[in-house]
Amino acid sequence: MSEHGQPHIAPLKTYLNVFAALMALTVLTVGVAYFDLGAMNILVAVTIACIKAYIVILYFMHVKYSARIIWLTAAAGFIWFVLMFALTLADYATRGWLPFPEAW
Amino acid sequence: MSAQAKQENYLNAKHTVASWLFSLDHKRIALLYLLTILLFFVLGGIAAMLFRVELLTPGPAVMESETYNRLFTMHGITMIFFFLIPSIPAVLGNFLLPIMLGAKDLAFPRLNLASWYVFTFGGLLGLGAIIFGGVDTGWTFYTPYSSTYANSQVILAALGIFIAGFASIMTGLNFIVTIHKMRAPGLTWFRLPLFVWSHYATSIIIILGTPVVAITILLVAIERIFEVGIFDPALGGDPVLFQHLFWFYSHPAVYIMILPGMGVISEIIACFSRKRIFGYPVVALSSLAIAILGFFVWGHHMFVSSQSMYAGMIFSILSFLVAIPSAIKVFNWVATMYGGSVKLDTPMLYALGFLGLFIIGGLTGLFLATMAVNVHVHDTYFVVAHFHYVMVGGMVMAFFGGLHFWWPKITGKLFPELLGRITVVIIFIGFNLTFFPQFIVGYLGMPRRYHIYPEEFQFLHVLSTAGASVLAIGYMLMAVYLLYSLVLGPKASRNPWKAAGLEWTTPSPPPTHNFSEPPVVKFEAYAYDEEEVYQDDAEPGDKGHG
Repeated sequence: MSEHGQPHIAPLKTYLNVFAALMALTVLTVGVAYFDLGAMNILVAVTIACIKAYIVILYFMHVKYSARIIWLTAAAGFIWFVLMFALTLADYATRGWLPFPEAW
Repeated sequence: MSAQAKQENYLNAKHTVASWLFSLDHKRIALLYLLTILLFFVLGGIAAMLFRVELLTPGPAVMESETYNRLFTMHGITMIFFFLIPSIPAVLGNFLLPIMLGAKDLAFPRLNLASWYVFTFGGLLGLGAIIFGGVDTGWTFYTPYSSTYANSQVILAALGIFIAGFASIMTGLNFIVTIHKMRAPGLTWFRLPLFVWSHYATSIIIILGTPVVAITILLVAIERIFEVGIFDPALGGDPVLFQHLFWFYSHPAVYIMILPGMGVISEIIACFSRKRIFGYPVVALSSLAIAILGFFVWGHHMFVSSQSMYAGMIFSILSFLVAIPSAIKVFNWVATMYGGSVKLDTPMLYALGFLGLFIIGGLTGLFLATMAVNVHVHDTYFVVAHFHYVMVGGMVMAFFGGLHFWWPKITGKLFPELLGRITVVIIFIGFNLTFFPQFIVGYLGMPRRYHIYPEEFQFLHVLSTAGASVLAIGYMLMAVYLLYSLVLGPKASRNPWKAAGLEWTTPSPPPTHNFSEPPVVKFEAYAYDEEEVYQDDAEPGDKGHG
């Protein structure tokens, strides 16, 4: 829905372009999996996934054509998702920093 | 009063069972919720009494370990997911929010009714899990025990919680849209009652957090059924990942439970001190601060898991931060009472009880946020005492305080004031007798979730069980006089407490559409210096609480 309450109808071409982009990014995800990037493995995979989610939210879920309050709501969900990942990864990234204590 | 008695209200509008079960009236749905959650409260309470009896003696007495494990899990699951989380929002919030906003109903009445059905269905699945053998994982469902080893009804209980979560989301969504879109003319954001602000903050947490716990619980079920490695190390998963995902919701869930309680306390303290809430904008915004900061602190539940110490330090510091907005509220409530003409009626006694107990619960939370202290008292009765001081001492006191405050509005009847006051005192004494000894026994080393313990702890456990009995007597007494009031209580006038707020401008009980004509708001909330805002329509023959 637009700000005036009229549903926005996106042209078919937009959906085809979005589909093509999602497929290309999927191929990229699979392709990257064949290379060992060390600690960057997760980062690259999550970044590609985020770009795909962003495209889906923007076009398929019509956020791009929606009122500001919808933008705010979608952004809040996205920011909270990032928060959950960031603080969880703060644990995983630093777990090995201290040596394990020796057994008695 | 006779003219008012003949008036149609939401209770006498229709009498058929269908008129209740298919009602779209937010007030009737609130009462449906009230009955449902009280059933779970009784169920959870019975479980608590049973295991308190077991804990009277150091050795196994009346039950086996497996039964004991199932009882404390049943207590936790029913009390948290099926009583505390929906208690104030789905009952008092549902009933009062539209009236406080000057609206006819919530924005989505059908969604509201659907939420009750979804909640009840989830609750029935939870009940089914109990009937078909129970769950022994504790309410936290920690993996890999819950996902791999537990041979109890984990999936059924998890499914019940998963489904009940959707009811929360529906309610939260409804509240947010209603607050944004349906405020009466003149009711600006900073004229809203603090009850509304706290429900707004609660709704934000519900919407942002609940999906995460729903997905987490679903992942446990997927791992159990399909043996996909998510949390079980034997399958390549990580059990601590479950704790991250679980507490990402379940710590903010503490604020889902306590924030609406804080809203109730603000209303009561303002009314019975005859004053504006001191620092209203700061108290309003502190609800939002609690809602947001509450999402940054979950790792303090995991200091003794294999969580990195560095992450632990971050979570520890962030946990201290959340104490600031909570303290702002407490200081401002006390400042509101200072210089006010304080009246110690039943709701106010509950509010004062809340203040004292919440302060103890909140401050011991700071002990637990301190990493080194946490290691000493982790998973002991100290933690049990801490969260019961917040949940029962805080939230349940606020719920019953609110129920008494708005009882005349909801039912149109007055309750016996003296019995009300006596009951608060019994509950306050019973509560402290139950839970204060648990701080001591926990500090001395008594772990939670064990029913066999060293003999030197017995005295404190006996005190605790005795306290639980006193607490139960208090609750039963309350049930008796409230039922009495429902049937034989004197009729309540429109505004028996002479309180400010739109809900007190409409008859008791309110008509189906809440107001005969749409109200226009001319004053800020709690304008107790404007006599116009707290007028009553009591006739000389009416009995009032005053």
